[in-house]
Amino acid sequence: MNGGEQTILFENKPRVLSGYSIVGPKEAMGPLDPYFHKRLRKDDFGQKSYEKAECKLHMSAISGAIIAAGLTPKDIDVNIGGDLLNQIITSSFSARELDIAFVGMYSACSTFAQALIVGATLIDGGYVCRAACSTSSHFSTAERQYRYPLELGTQMTPTSQWTVTGAGCTLLGKEGSNIFVESATVGKVVDFGISDANNMGAAMAPAAAKTVEQHLKDTGREVDYYDYIVTGDLGIYGSRLFLELLESEGIHAAKNHKDCGEMIYDKRQRCPQGGSGAGCSSVVFNSYFLHHMRAGGIKRMLLVPTGALLSKLSSLQGETIPGIANAVSFAVEETC
Amino acid sequence: MLGVYLRVFFVGGIVCLIGQLLINLTKMTSAKILVTFLLLGVVLEAVGIFDTIREFAQAGITVPITGFGSTLAKGAIEGVKEDGIVGALTGGMKSAAAGLSAAIFFGFLVSLIFKARTKV
Amino acid sequence: MLSKTEYLLLDKKIAPKSKEGRTLLLAFLVGGLICTVGQGVSDLFKLAVPGADQKLLGEITSSVMIFLGAALTGFGLYDRIGKYAGAGSIVPITGFANSVVSPAMEYRSEGMIFGVMCKMFVVAGPIIVSGVSSSIVVGLIYWLVGVLK
Repeated sequence: MNGGEQTILFENKPRVLSGYSIVGPKEAMGPLDPYFHKRLRKDDFGQKSYEKAECKLHMSAISGAIIAAGLTPKDIDVNIGGDLLNQIITSSFSARELDIAFVGMYSACSTFAQALIVGATLIDGGYVCRAACSTSSHFSTAERQYRYPLELGTQMTPTSQWTVTGAGCTLLGKEGSNIFVESATVGKVVDFGISDANNMGAAMAPAAAKTVEQHLKDTGREVDYYDYIVTGDLGIYGSRLFLELLESEGIHAAKNHKDCGEMIYDKRQRCPQGGSGAGCSSVVFNSYFLHHMRAGGIKRMLLVPTGALLSKLSSLQGETIPGIANAVSFAVEETC
Repeated sequence: MLGVYLRVFFVGGIVCLIGQLLINLTKMTSAKILVTFLLLGVVLEAVGIFDTIREFAQAGITVPITGFGSTLAKGAIEGVKEDGIVGALTGGMKSAAAGLSAAIFFGFLVSLIFKARTKV
Repeated sequence: MLSKTEYLLLDKKIAPKSKEGRTLLLAFLVGGLICTVGQGVSDLFKLAVPGADQKLLGEITSSVMIFLGAALTGFGLYDRIGKYAGAGSIVPITGFANSVVSPAMEYRSEGMIFGVMCKMFVVAGPIIVSGVSSSIVVGLIYWLVGVLK
């Protein structure tokens, strides 16, 4: 790749035109509530099924971002979207309504980074003018696909995470903003042998550590170059492992590391290790981080959404859980 | 009277406590826990200990799923006594019919009335 | 970076554990309570139906308990109890009812036949299969022993 072994350097600085986040009621009770653009009072969003609700969430995020940029769907060349459901039905069904060219994405909870990388690359190469990069997840659809029925009286294990109900969309374009996508590191699939599907933070932490390490190596940067290195949904425990792994490589990231999954819920909200899901990094980035980049509090950040690439079948067949992490770096252009 | 209730509470609690211990130690899912205790009930009945425990603990051992296991096993044994080898096939289901039918029917009924809700 | 074995060891060492004492105590209390309710139901019917034998009482009690479990599941309360009680609400027969009712409710959105009826036993299926099969084995052994005698 043009920026080293796994890193892409974007020469034409694809811009972040706008971002939009919409979340469910539980997320709105968390500490990031003031930053979200829209909150649902009920997470069925007035729909008959939770799958339909997630689809409406996804669509709302995309149209929200388009409106926030003062554009119409006609101005968008391509929607690059993904989610957690089988056959990514959420994103494709929302694209059915939107009448925008659609590219479907999947890399579990790392999908948001994947969408951003593809969108930024298309814009950087001059192939498209504007791309809407969107992801979503919904507690109640993920729960029934990956775990148990909602009403089954099971206990959450101490390492488990709560799937975020929410959708986020970032609108990328050629010009029109001082925030831009600067580089990206495409992750390798890493499996360190964790097999407990309720310990996803531990399954993903090695992938995140490897990607961050590779990114720093490819770009020749130190950790301090970034105001924040933000992982997607490692959770409290996964973050700890992530930092331990980097520490073993002599990289001290504890000072400027944040984790979206850790940030989105309060400790009192009974989500043992925090949030997860394809919507987790995208709602937190499009609300909290985009806000602080606009406000000037953050000049450079590395977003590293992490994904656990498992399915119910792979777990039942005794497979371990492979993880992936893709890194995207953002910077605010200095205006003089 | 009160003594009976204390025994029921204590034994029932202990059975569930053992279940929780299994969950904490082995991360067993609820289906596996239920199967384990059900089989425990079948075995206890088969070797003839279950009745002794029931004398002492009553609902403390019959309300946990072990009771369902013992009902099945007892039914099969009694079926053999009455009908010979065919009873082994019919006896278990026959004696567990009330519980099974109740679960199926109430499950069906409840699903008609209520919708699964997200937890916060 | 750490090797896979080192990493798995680290995970084993520092992974957060369940609060043993608290979960055990709650399982004990809730489990005991549910059994006590069962005893109460049984005793009530003993009064109401004088002369009822052990078998009939057992059948009535388990049906009532299953009904209670199903109703609590319907009202969305059983999983809240389960969150705290763990095995305390899984092991009693009400937990069996919960494991039948919850998928039935969950898959309502996929229709009556392929949703509710097909999926009703996705969680409780193993209980029926293992229970019935093992009881048949017990019956056969009993029969064999009788024949050999």
